[in-house]
Amino acid sequence: MAVSQLTRTLPTTVRIKWTGWVVPAILAGGCIFLVVGSIQSALFAQQTVSGLANGGIYASLAVALVLIYRATEVINFAQGALATFTTFVAWQLLQWGLPYWPTFVLTLLIAFAFGATVELVAIRPVERRGNVLTVVIASIGLLILVEGAVGWIWKPTVRFMPSPFPLHFWNVGGVAFSSQDIGTIGVSIASVVVLWAFFRFTKLGLAMRAAAVRPHAARLVGVRVSWLLSLGWGLAATLGAIAGLLVAPNPSVQLSPSMMDGILIYAFAAAVLGGLESSIGAVVAGLAIGVVLSLLGSYVSWVTPQLQLPAAFVLMLIVLLVKPSGLFGRTTVRKV
Amino acid sequence: MRTSVAVRAGVIAVAAIVIAVLPFAMSDYNRTQGANVGVFFMAILGLNIVTGYTGQISIGHGAFMAIGGYTTAILTHGHGWNDVATLPISALVGFAAGVVVGVPALRFRGAYLALVTFAVALAVPQIAKNYSGFTGGTEGLQLPQHTGLWLYGTAWTCAAILFVLAWLLLRARTGRALRAVRDSEVAAASSGVSLAVYKTAAFGVSAAFAAVAGSIYVLVISFVNPDVFGLTLSLYILIGAVVGGLGSLWGVLVGAAFVQLLPIGLTSSHGLSSQSVPVIFGAIVIVVMALVPRGAADLLRIVAALSSRKSQDNPLGLEGR
Repeated sequence: MAVSQLTRTLPTTVRIKWTGWVVPAILAGGCIFLVVGSIQSALFAQQTVSGLANGGIYASLAVALVLIYRATEVINFAQGALATFTTFVAWQLLQWGLPYWPTFVLTLLIAFAFGATVELVAIRPVERRGNVLTVVIASIGLLILVEGAVGWIWKPTVRFMPSPFPLHFWNVGGVAFSSQDIGTIGVSIASVVVLWAFFRFTKLGLAMRAAAVRPHAARLVGVRVSWLLSLGWGLAATLGAIAGLLVAPNPSVQLSPSMMDGILIYAFAAAVLGGLESSIGAVVAGLAIGVVLSLLGSYVSWVTPQLQLPAAFVLMLIVLLVKPSGLFGRTTVRKV
Repeated sequence: MRTSVAVRAGVIAVAAIVIAVLPFAMSDYNRTQGANVGVFFMAILGLNIVTGYTGQISIGHGAFMAIGGYTTAILTHGHGWNDVATLPISALVGFAAGVVVGVPALRFRGAYLALVTFAVALAVPQIAKNYSGFTGGTEGLQLPQHTGLWLYGTAWTCAAILFVLAWLLLRARTGRALRAVRDSEVAAASSGVSLAVYKTAAFGVSAAFAAVAGSIYVLVISFVNPDVFGLTLSLYILIGAVVGGLGSLWGVLVGAAFVQLLPIGLTSSHGLSSQSVPVIFGAIVIVVMALVPRGAADLLRIVAALSSRKSQDNPLGLEGR
C-alpha cells in the first residue's frame, strides 16, 4: 500500500482549491439567467417567482434543520411533523375565531415552547447516553408520534387553511404576480434575516454559536449549553411553524397530517446542498431548488410530475459529487 | 471462547426450532405476519452489513426492497416465471443496484450519505410510477396468492440462508476488513484494506439482501405498487436495525419483531383506538433509544458479561458503538 493510494482514499482532503469565487460566480450567472429570462418571457417570470416562493418555504425549514445540525450533528426528521402540529394549532385558533395575525404570532410562541419542550422531554434523555444515530432514530420516533398525534386529535381529513395574504395580483410588465407568492417570499426571507441578526448581534446568539462550535469551552466560560440546546430546538420549531403556515394555504399541499413530508425532503436537500453548517447556504440552496423544480416542470417536457423529484436529486447528486461538502460547507480534513 | 461458541450455537438452534415449529400453532393470518417478520429480518440483516459493520448509514433500503419486489413481480407477471426462481435474479439485480449506489457513496459520509440514500429511497417509487409500461404504474401488478404456511416457510428458509451467508461473510477476513473500515478508514487503508472495494461490495451485498426481502414481501402481499415501498418502510428498517443493535447479527431478530409485531400488537389490543397506535409506537421508539441506546444486542451482551463475570471480555468480539 503506497502512500499515494492512502492519500487517494482520504475523501475529504482538499484537492481542488475552491477559492471562494467559483460558487458565487455560478450563482451570479444563475441570477443573470433568471433576470434575463424573466424580461424575455412572462411565463418564465411567473415560474421563477412561484419557484422562489416554494424555495422560500424550503429555505425556512432547511435553516431549522441547519440550526439543530450545527449544535448536535443530528438531522431532525421530526422537523416537518412539528411544523404540521403547529399549523394545525393555528387552524384550531382560527376556528375559535381569532383574527389571522394575532394567531400567527401566538402560533410562533406556541411553536417555540413546543420545540423547547420536545427537546427537554424526548431528545435530552436519549442524547445523554446515546450517540448521533440514536438521536436520529429518536427523531424518527418523534416524527411517527407527532404525525400520529395530529391525525388522532384532528382526524386525518384534509382541511382548508386560510392564507394571510388577500388574493390579489400585481401586474408588472404584463406579468401577474400573486400576492401569495410575493408574501411567502417576503415572510420567509424576513424570518431568516431576523434569525441571522439574532445570532450575529445578540449576546444570547453569540452564546448559542459558541455552544454549537465548542460546547466544552463554552461551558467553561459559563454558557449553559444544555439550555441553549432547548432554545435552539425552540427556534427551529418556530421557523418550521412559519414554513407550515405559509405552505398550508397552497392548494397543492393543503392541511393534512402528512403535509410537510414532501417539503421536509426538499428542505433536507437544501440543507445538505448548502453545506449543512451554513444558514446562508441553506437559504440559497432552498431558493435554487424551488426555482429549478419550477422551471424543470414547465420547460423540460420529459420531466413529468413523477420524475421531478428524481430529476432534482440527480442534479443535487451531481453538485455534491463535484463538491462533497456542499456549496457553502467548509472542507475539513479529518484526523485519524 | 469455545464454550461461548457452543452456547451461541445452542441459542441459534433453539431459535431455529422455535421459528420452525411456531407456524403449526398459528392461524393463517398470523403465519403471514410471521412471514413479514422474516422479510424485515432479511432487510435489517442487509442494512446491518453496510451500516452496522461498515459504518455507512443508509436510509434507503426500502429502495432496494422495491427493486427486488419489482424484479419478482415483473418476471412472474409478465414472463411467467416461477416466483421462487426469481429470487436469485432479484438478489443479482439488487447487488447491481447496490453497487451503482455504492460507487458515488464513496464520496460521502455521515449526513451527506444519509441524504443520498434517502434520495434513492424516494426516487425509486417515483420512477416506478413513471415507467408504467413495465411496472403497472400506480395501479401496480397482481401476483399469485399463496397460503400463509407457504409464505412463512419460504420467508424463513430464505432468512436462514441469508443469515448463514452473512455469518460466513462477517466472521473471518472480510468481516474484520469491514469493521476496520468502520472504526478507522485511514487505519484500514494503511493495513491494506481497499476502501473502495470493501465499501462498494458491502453496499452491493446489503442491497442484495434487501432485494430478496422485497421479493418475499411482494409475494406476501401478492401485489406490488409504488406506495408499498414508501418512505416509512426505509425508516422502519433503520429503526429495526438500531433497536436490534448495530454491528450484531443476533439483535436482528429482535429488531425485526419490534418493527413488524409491535404496531400490529398495539392495533389488536383492546381499548386502543387505531389512531393512537402510531403515537404509542413512536413513544416506545424514543423510550427504547433512551434506555438501551445500543439496542437489544447490547442488552444480551450485558447479561452475558454479568453471567460469565468477564465484563472486560467482549462476548461477540465487536467494538460496541
